[in-house]
Amino acid sequence: MSDPIIKIQNMNKWFGDFQVLKNINLEVEANKKIVVCGPSGSGKSTLIRCINRLEEHQEGDIIVDGNELSEKTKDIEKIRAEVGMVFQQFNLFPHLSILDNCTLAPIWVKKMPKKEAQELALDQLKKVQIDDQANKFPGQLSGGQQQRCAIARALCMQPKIMLFDEPTSALDPEMIKEVLDAMVSLAKGGMTMIVVTHEMGFAKEVADEVIFMDEGMIIEKAETKEFFANPKSDRTKLFLSQIL
Amino acid sequence: MQTINFLKPNRDNIKNYSIIGSFLVLISLIDVISNAFLKTNLTFFLPGSLSSFFPLILGLIGLNMIRIDYSGNKTLDKINKNINTNNFNAVLTLLILFSIIKALPPSLSWMILDANISGDSKDACTGTGACWTYIKVWFRRFMYGMYPNEFHWRINTAFILVIALGFVGYFMKENLKKYLALYYVIIYPVIAYLVIYYLISGGSFGLQWVETGAWGGLSLTFIVSFFCLIFCFPLGMIFALGRRSNLPVIKYISICYIEFWRGVPLITVLFMSSVMFPMFLPEDFFMDKLVRVIIAITLFEAAYCAEVIRGGLQSLPRGQYDAAKSLGMGYWKMHIFVILPQALKLVIPGIANTFLALVKDTPLIFVVGLAELAGMLALAKTNPKWLGFAMEGYIFASIIFWIICYAMSKYSYNLEAKYKTER
Repeated sequence: MSDPIIKIQNMNKWFGDFQVLKNINLEVEANKKIVVCGPSGSGKSTLIRCINRLEEHQEGDIIVDGNELSEKTKDIEKIRAEVGMVFQQFNLFPHLSILDNCTLAPIWVKKMPKKEAQELALDQLKKVQIDDQANKFPGQLSGGQQQRCAIARALCMQPKIMLFDEPTSALDPEMIKEVLDAMVSLAKGGMTMIVVTHEMGFAKEVADEVIFMDEGMIIEKAETKEFFANPKSDRTKLFLSQIL
Repeated sequence: MQTINFLKPNRDNIKNYSIIGSFLVLISLIDVISNAFLKTNLTFFLPGSLSSFFPLILGLIGLNMIRIDYSGNKTLDKINKNINTNNFNAVLTLLILFSIIKALPPSLSWMILDANISGDSKDACTGTGACWTYIKVWFRRFMYGMYPNEFHWRINTAFILVIALGFVGYFMKENLKKYLALYYVIIYPVIAYLVIYYLISGGSFGLQWVETGAWGGLSLTFIVSFFCLIFCFPLGMIFALGRRSNLPVIKYISICYIEFWRGVPLITVLFMSSVMFPMFLPEDFFMDKLVRVIIAITLFEAAYCAEVIRGGLQSLPRGQYDAAKSLGMGYWKMHIFVILPQALKLVIPGIANTFLALVKDTPLIFVVGLAELAGMLALAKTNPKWLGFAMEGYIFASIIFWIICYAMSKYSYNLEAKYKTER
């Protein structure tokens, strides 16, 4: 068994007086796909935002690819460059074209030559099937196209881990499928993924493990089949009965 | 025959109503025009107060008669929709029309018909109107201040050079475009300074030295505004970022800076820069008064710029910061490529506002003895040979300032349109 690429030990996090995450322990091995689900306000998003330190945790350890995340971490940018993230609200840069959105970070963070970065970006855009929109601006695309562009943008940094923060929650039902398709093909390519989502169909199809969270705690963590077939805790059973 | 109801016009009789209505409005206008231009009262037969209100009442009835909804006549509908929606608006429309007509003859005769422009001394102004001769005679002073006449070409050449250098950015090759900001923020000001120093100040290359005390007029307005504008913007940007910094030292320095400069009046800053500041300097250290004034105005306006830019920074959604960070960008890369381009685009109207105010604040440097355009006016109007022409001078100055400011605001609209992308 290989060393886990993400290791979280006894992690606690507060927003002011409110404790959002309580004693989180999690290990993710390379190439595994983890789906995190749970009711809103349960701390799912905060948990994955902690993994690339968009949020800071107060107690415990988070180790990503051998680097511990803490206030002392010097090269937080280097770790973030290895961890791609896709947001609920897409967060594309509206002043740049789709292609420039994808090449900006490779050129300036990874110091890739412009030409190479553009080829890479077009390649990634092709994989999510929006290479024909490369010269448009984000405002001119549909939500689904924007989200696929956001996935391509994250992939252009050639990350080791991809984090998805409710990638389909802001989309119309018709567009959810095209984004999920892109994520499924990414999963089949062997990427390590942590996905916060309510799409249980997606979880069943690609996830190796499912984590159920409530009130800042990990209530249940099981292999996908086991999770859906024999949920252990009552809270999980209740949640599944409502969502399925 | 259909009866004509004066209070409730309808579209069945639209021809009758509109003809009678426009006729009444026309009469009321003719009455006012003849009153203003020919000084004859057409309604002399009416008692005093009724006579002066006659055109208003007549016009009101007329407008009431042509107020027909959906008349089918395009012009009529347009009038009704825009200036004749109800009686109150009709009265306002008439009053504004009348005041314009009344004000036209006196201003026309003062500015053009009874004005003088020939000759070159006060005696040439014989008419009762404006004396544009005054502007003509003093024109070079208003433009160049006390700068010696035979060297005016130096100022002109310097300005042409500086403007030409400003356009260099448009002709830069594609692969040099990334140095554009560097050029405008650092290289351009330095070159412009050297050009102005060597050409206008002189002292070397066989050019005679002209001290800054002799500079003045519109050219000084331009010099002061130009340097203050190009320096206060980057400085303001730094303090805007500083105020949002997580590092307490930088944050509180920025807050103190901004609150200090925003809290003091510009006029005291100018006094300090010219009177107090030299006292703190070592004996043998000399800094020109004009340079001190430019620095003072720059520091002052930078505080305003900083707050405007901070407003733009705050209006960006947090997701933009998150996305940039998640791609591995550090503070500077994130701000240069993602945050500032968007924020600066949003604050173009606010920045234009600050810059316009800056240009119009330059006359204040008169208090430290530098006479730019408005300052030269103040000097000229106290010249014993030319007493009593302040009005002409100030009208001239306001026209010039208006042209400058209007050009700037037009330019800012263009910039806004150019960088507009849909969100």
